[in-house]
Amino acid sequence: MDEQTLINRLKAGEADAFEHLLQVHGARLLAVARRMMRAESDAEDALQDAMVNAFRAIDRFEGNSALYTWLHRIVVTSCLMKLRSARRREEKPIDDLLPQFDDSGHRVDCGPAWVETGADLFERSEAKQLVRKCIDQLPESYRTVLLMRDIEELDTAQTAKMLDVNEGVVKTRLHRARQALRTLLEPHFAGGVQ
Amino acid sequence: MNCPEVIDFLEAYFAHELPPEVESDFKQHLKWCPDCCNYLASYRQTIDMGKLALKTDDELREVPPALIEAILKAAKK
Repeated sequence: MDEQTLINRLKAGEADAFEHLLQVHGARLLAVARRMMRAESDAEDALQDAMVNAFRAIDRFEGNSALYTWLHRIVVTSCLMKLRSARRREEKPIDDLLPQFDDSGHRVDCGPAWVETGADLFERSEAKQLVRKCIDQLPESYRTVLLMRDIEELDTAQTAKMLDVNEGVVKTRLHRARQALRTLLEPHFAGGVQ
Repeated sequence: MNCPEVIDFLEAYFAHELPPEVESDFKQHLKWCPDCCNYLASYRQTIDMGKLALKTDDELREVPPALIEAILKAAKK
């Protein structure tokens, strides 16, 4: 079934078209929710909410983007809503994970250069797990921006709109999130892979 | 340009958003500062590693049939 036919059938309210949509895009969209949410059950809940919202809002889909792109944003929004409602406790400050400078402007925490890490390293699941664990240690407002910008590849304007902040805030949070993640990865990759 | 400024400008540098004269100063600093060169390389590796660790074969894992069923049921309500 081509995309336009699928969209027409979805707009006509055909239940089997919705099932087809889940079969075509469900796995990729669930992977998005798994990246955003820490627990599998939360990822499944976010996907369910997103797909039901998409099904009900399909009449408003104007075809300005590919169907997957539209669904992707709905899933990210659904995850953000869940993360926002879960973010009751105060975040730890990120400052300790940022580079430190002495009075003369020299970095005080210079370590050795990192060993080159290629895609082959990530065929090992322990390397993936290590990086994921470090990302999960970031304060939530920084982790969210890192995931939206670097992993989900939403642009600065889209991210700012979805988070209801200005673009400068997105850029600052992204930079600090990358710096903090770098600090967390450094003991494992500076001078050699452990 | 000093080290804190170079590190401040990294996000803009990778987004290709530095004005030409600032980018020129930025690159000039990197020519003589191995610490900032190392930092820039590890910052780039951090971005790449995040992508490699998270964009994985998860996308090939199918949606559990029970979840599909639950979504279809919820959509009918």
